[in-house]
Amino acid sequence: MALRAKILRLSLTANRNLLKTSVVCNKRQLSEKASSNPKASVSAENIDHILYTEEHFALKASLRKIIDQEINPHVDKWEEEGLFPAHKIFKILGSAGFLGVNKPVEYGGLGLDFSYSLAVAEELGNINCGGIPMAIGVQSDMATPALARFGSAELKKEFLQPTIMGDVVVCLGVSETGAGSDVASIKTKAVRKGDEYVINGGKMWTTNGTQADWMCLLANTSDGPPHKNKSLICLPMKLPGVHIARKINKIGMHSSDTAEVFFDDVRVPCSNVIGQEGMGFTYQMLQFQEERLWGVANILTVMEKVVQETIQYTRQRKIFNQPILHNQVVHFRLAELQMEIELLRSLLHRATALYIKGNDVTKLASMAKLKAGRLARELADSCLQYWGGMGYTSDVLVSRFYRDSRLMSIGAGADEVMLSIICKYMDTLPRK
Amino acid sequence: MSARVLVGVKRVIDYAVKIRVKPDHTGVVTDGVKHSMNPFCEIAVEEAVKLKEKKLIKEVVAVSCGPQQVQETIRTALAMGADRGIHVEVSGKDYETLGPLQVSKILAALAKKEEASLIILGKQAIDDDCNQTGQMTAALLDWPQGTFASELAFEADKLKVVREIDGGLETIKIKLPAVVTADLRLNTPRYATLPNIMKAKKKKIAMVKPADLGVDVSSRLEVLKVDEPPTRQAGVKVETVEDLVGKLKEAGRV
Repeated sequence: MALRAKILRLSLTANRNLLKTSVVCNKRQLSEKASSNPKASVSAENIDHILYTEEHFALKASLRKIIDQEINPHVDKWEEEGLFPAHKIFKILGSAGFLGVNKPVEYGGLGLDFSYSLAVAEELGNINCGGIPMAIGVQSDMATPALARFGSAELKKEFLQPTIMGDVVVCLGVSETGAGSDVASIKTKAVRKGDEYVINGGKMWTTNGTQADWMCLLANTSDGPPHKNKSLICLPMKLPGVHIARKINKIGMHSSDTAEVFFDDVRVPCSNVIGQEGMGFTYQMLQFQEERLWGVANILTVMEKVVQETIQYTRQRKIFNQPILHNQVVHFRLAELQMEIELLRSLLHRATALYIKGNDVTKLASMAKLKAGRLARELADSCLQYWGGMGYTSDVLVSRFYRDSRLMSIGAGADEVMLSIICKYMDTLPRK
Repeated sequence: MSARVLVGVKRVIDYAVKIRVKPDHTGVVTDGVKHSMNPFCEIAVEEAVKLKEKKLIKEVVAVSCGPQQVQETIRTALAMGADRGIHVEVSGKDYETLGPLQVSKILAALAKKEEASLIILGKQAIDDDCNQTGQMTAALLDWPQGTFASELAFEADKLKVVREIDGGLETIKIKLPAVVTADLRLNTPRYATLPNIMKAKKKKIAMVKPADLGVDVSSRLEVLKVDEPPTRQAGVKVETVEDLVGKLKEAGRV
C-alpha cells in the first residue's frame, strides 16, 4: 500500500494531478465506509441499468478521467477568475469524441442515440461547478441539434464539423433583454438585401458569448405571424458589427462567461440560414427538448453528490456529543431527498427511452425540467443548512451548488414556462 | 516488423478508493468497490499501442487473468488501441490465491502459443506491490528482461531500455524476444476516446483456461492474516541538532 502514496507523490511531480481535487481529499479524510466514492452509482460492476450498456459505462469512465485530470484541478481557480479556457477544454473533449456523441458520423460525430449524450451529461455532473458543464452542454447539445438535423451540407461542414472537433466554440443566441420566456417576441431582425441578411438587434444571457467563434442565432427574417417569421442563422462572431458589450456578473456559474451581444448592420450570406427560412421558431422548440433532458441528467449527478457529501460531513461533525447525522430529522430528510432524486431519474429515463424511439416527449421533458429546478433548490437549501457555518463558506461544494443550481428554475425555460407547456398538453389553458 | 506484443493488464481496486480490511482479517473488502486497470498496466498498454502506431510491431494482444469482470479491463485496453484480448478464466478460491508465479507461468505459456516477441507488463500492481511477474516470466522463458523502463527504443535488432534504478538511470540493450516492465515515466496513457470505445466492442476477446495452457494455478502460499498498518504515532520535536543526535543515540538508531 506504500506504493499508493508513492504513486500520488510521483504523479504529482510528473504533472499528472491525479488526486488534486479537494473533493477527493475530503472523501479520503471523512470516509468511514468501504468505498470512499460518494457517487451511489459508482461501480460499473455489472449493474442492471435500464438504459445503459457496457459502452455507456466505458464512456463515463473515460470522460471521468478527463474531468479528474484536466478540469477539476483548475475549477477553483477558474471560478475565481470568472472564466474557463473554453477552446482548450473543448479541444480535449472534442478529440476524445465527447462533443458529437449523437451527431452524424460524416461530420465527426458518433451517430449514437441520445442515451449516450445523456451518459455524457450525467458524467459531467462530476465537475465541481455548474458553469463548465453548462458551457459544454451548449457546445454539444444545445446550439447544434437543429444544424445537425436541418442544415445544408456546406453549412454543416463549415460550422458543425469544427464544433464537434472542439476547434471552435459556439454559443446560442435566443434570449434578449426584452424577451426571455416569450421567445416569439424577440426583436432582432435579419433583413434580406440581395444575397445577404443585414442583422440588427442584440442578444442577452449568451453562455460562452465572450469566447465563441460562431453563434446559432434566432432572428426575425420576415414580417409574418411571430411563430412563422423566424430563422436560425449561423453567425460568425468576428464579423464587423458584432459587439460583445459586456460580460455579465452573476451570483453563480462563475466560471462560465455570459455575454450581452449587439448586432450593428452585421452582414451574413443567406446560405447561412439553417434549413428553411421561417422555420426557426419550430427548430428552436425542437432543440429545447434535448436541452432540457440534458440539464436534468446533469443536475441529478450533482444532487446525488451533494447528498453524499452532506452525509459524510454530518457523520463526522459532532454537536452535543453526537454526529449531526444521528439526529432523525437529518437522516430522514436526506432519505426524502434521495427518494426524490430517484423519482426524477426514473422520469428522465422514461422520457429518454421514448425519445430514442422517435416520440415527442415535450410534456415529460418539461415535467422533468420543472422538477429538477425545484428539487435542486430544496436540496441545496436543506443540505446547506445541515452543513451549518461551513456550508456558508466558499470552501465547500454545497455553497457553490446552492448558487449554481438556482439557475435551473430560470434558464432553458423558466418553471412557469414549463408549467404552461404541461397545461397546454393537459388542455387546461384558457382558450383565446 | 511482424512482431506481436503481449500486454498483461490487471484489474485492481481503483487507486482513489480508501481500502478497508475485511472484519475477518482474511483480506480487503472488494465487493461493490470501484475497480479499474492497474495504472502501470495502463502505461504498458500505451507503450505497446505507441509501438504499433510507429509501425515497429504488428499486433497488440491484451491479456488478463481472473473472473468475468476482468473483461472490462481488457475492453479498456482494446479501447486504448489493443487489437484483441485473451481472458484467462480464473475464479473463486483460485482467484483469491492467484499470484505472480502462476500468472507468469500463464503468460509464458501464452507467449509461446501466440509466438509473441515482446511482453510488456506494468512494473508492479498497486494492490500487492509484488514487482515479480515480469521478472519471473522472463526467467521461465529464458528471455532477457528490461525492468523499470522509463524509455524504450528499437535499435537494429535489439531493444534499448533506459531503466530507473536507485542510483539513477541505467541504459541496457537486450535482444528480442524480451520482457519489459513499465515504470511511471515511460509515457502518459491516452484517454480512451469515444470512437475507440465503440470500436472496441467489435474486437475479439478469446477465453482460455489455465489447464488448457498446462498451468497449475494452485498456490504454495497461504495468507494467514491481513491487518491495517499501525496508525501513525506523533513524533517528537527537538530544539537543536545536538538534541536530535542525542535522541537518535538513545533510541539505538545511531
